[in-house]
Amino acid sequence: MNGMGIIIKNISKRFPAGKDGQEEFLAVDHVSFEVPKGHLVALLGPSGSGKSTILRIVAGLEEPDSGDIFLQEEDVTFRPAHERGIGFVFQHYALFKHMTVWKNIAFGLEVRKSCPQELRGRVKKLLELVQLKGYEDRYPAQLSGGQRQRVALARALAPHPSVLLLDEPFGALDAKVRRNLSSWLRRLHDEVRITSVFVTHDQEEAFEIADEIVVINRGRVEQIGTPKDIYDHPRSKFVASFIGQVNVLECHADNGAIFFGPERLMIPGLKSPSAKGEVVLLIRPENVDVSFEAGNDRLPGDIKDIRYRGDRYEIDLEVEGLKINMKKDKVYGENLNLALGQRVFVRFRRCSVFESEEGHAAIRAKLQSLGYIE
Amino acid sequence: MMFEKAMTEGLRPKSLPSAAGQSLRMFKQDGVWGKRLLLGAVLIWFGFLVLLPVGEIVLDALSDGVIPFLTALHTPAARHAFWLTLWITIVSVLINTFFGLILALVLAQQKFRGKTFLNGLVDLPLAVSPVVAGFMFIVLFGQQGWLGRWFEQGGIQIVFAVPGMVLATIFVSLPFVVREVVPVLMECGLEQEEAARTLGASRWQTFWRITLPSIRWGLAYGVTLTTARSLGEFGAVLVVSGSIIGRTQTATLHIHQEFNDFHFQGAFSASLVLAAVSFLLLIIMELVKKHVGNGQTLVR
Repeated sequence: MNGMGIIIKNISKRFPAGKDGQEEFLAVDHVSFEVPKGHLVALLGPSGSGKSTILRIVAGLEEPDSGDIFLQEEDVTFRPAHERGIGFVFQHYALFKHMTVWKNIAFGLEVRKSCPQELRGRVKKLLELVQLKGYEDRYPAQLSGGQRQRVALARALAPHPSVLLLDEPFGALDAKVRRNLSSWLRRLHDEVRITSVFVTHDQEEAFEIADEIVVINRGRVEQIGTPKDIYDHPRSKFVASFIGQVNVLECHADNGAIFFGPERLMIPGLKSPSAKGEVVLLIRPENVDVSFEAGNDRLPGDIKDIRYRGDRYEIDLEVEGLKINMKKDKVYGENLNLALGQRVFVRFRRCSVFESEEGHAAIRAKLQSLGYIE
Repeated sequence: MMFEKAMTEGLRPKSLPSAAGQSLRMFKQDGVWGKRLLLGAVLIWFGFLVLLPVGEIVLDALSDGVIPFLTALHTPAARHAFWLTLWITIVSVLINTFFGLILALVLAQQKFRGKTFLNGLVDLPLAVSPVVAGFMFIVLFGQQGWLGRWFEQGGIQIVFAVPGMVLATIFVSLPFVVREVVPVLMECGLEQEEAARTLGASRWQTFWRITLPSIRWGLAYGVTLTTARSLGEFGAVLVVSGSIIGRTQTATLHIHQEFNDFHFQGAFSASLVLAAVSFLLLIIMELVKKHVGNGQTLVR
């Protein structure tokens, strides 16, 4: 199980300008990453970030302008889709409407002229694997969305592909079916252990399923790492803001200290103490603490709002005119016994500091466009 | 409070004041009569325009009994005309199905410069009068036309001969397969074909196993329309054929000839046969259309 299942080297893809006024754009911009054999990797990014295009290039459904693709350590860059030995699952299932479930799953084996006995055994096994025994004579139109996607998955797995590619596989399903299917897919992968890449814009889905996440933004790789890596140590402002919720604070840094107006704050985990000048501080709501005593690692602030969310409290604080959102789990929040308008001292357990070369406004606009702040 | 409100609201329709109920019923009956009136008008108009002429043809063709009807069809000119129509139709339908399918695939699945233009051009035969279409072929393939001279050197006569008639028929019946297949292809999208490709199917396998079965009913409808149009074509064929009895006369031209020569029995008999074939095609069309409709409702 060692070695690389997929190697993507420096691929780029430019789409020409469309006549409907769409400008020419670079959908994939020098993307490289590797997927070890048997791993499940998520390509995570906002819509239009180029993640689906990358997947289609790996499948051979789209040609890259430059770069190389290796599957099972073989160069397949110029190999047509039907000779790559991949399985592909489409967002809208793409089941063959004029064929039964059985025929759909058998298709990949039939075009390869497998012997009828082997074919029958394989289809039966897959029907069991996707829990659709007894549905073999139905047509796709007679199935629910979740069932259709499971047929699509069985069909993709039937010809023993070396790599499984899933393009927003649960994107067209409603939230509950989606959660069920994604955890089921994770269990299935643990069983089948096929090298897999799946594309999603849903961070929770990526976190639930993937061994590793490749964050894509505007056709470029922003960061590659385990879910924990990416959440706790975002390497760019984009990653910090796209993955999870985050407070964005503009302030001034000087020699290991951060200034909020006249208030000075020492941050224990501050990565670059030499950072000087205007910076942007990104703090996750769960990394905000409050206490009732002042300290040089704390800022005075007021409680503006307390919202009960069932399993947790969400509290809005105001520090030197800046709004900071804090999340506390239920028990901890109730023990704190906070009240509206109360004066508290705010501490950040962990935060990321980025130089503010883009300017606070630009980041704010980006976050607003992503819907993370109002 | 809330509960009470819901209760009274729920009950209101049952306890409508009787006057309002009365006027409601009146209005309903008004609607029924309006509908019946409309239906009657449609039936009268339809009877006047369709049933009356068709009935007249049937009566006239069979007015002297079955024997004269059959003898009129058995003349060498009539037999030749029907055979010619049959052959021209078969060839035109085959060629239009083949190229229509290719054209539909290109129009539905490819992006290229001038696509809008080509798309419009496909409908040209519907817009141009068949007579004008016939003249275009005469100009191009006649003795004065450059292509005509070229073919003549090779010993092939196009105009005033069967090849020209086939060309004219192909031209006028060109749009039907394309127009019926393109929307079905657009509706199917490319995903099923892409799925087939990723599953290991070659382009050829993909076409036979996925593309063709998905469009089969649309294609069947297009072929039926093409057949009907080819059988009934008159203007374009009249112009390019020269209407030579026993040589370049199709069934429609034969009817025209018989009518002009005051051979009414011959004209009516041949008309009845053509009308009967058209009726058959109409039934086939209706059957096929039902499937096309089903296919579309099955799509998600």
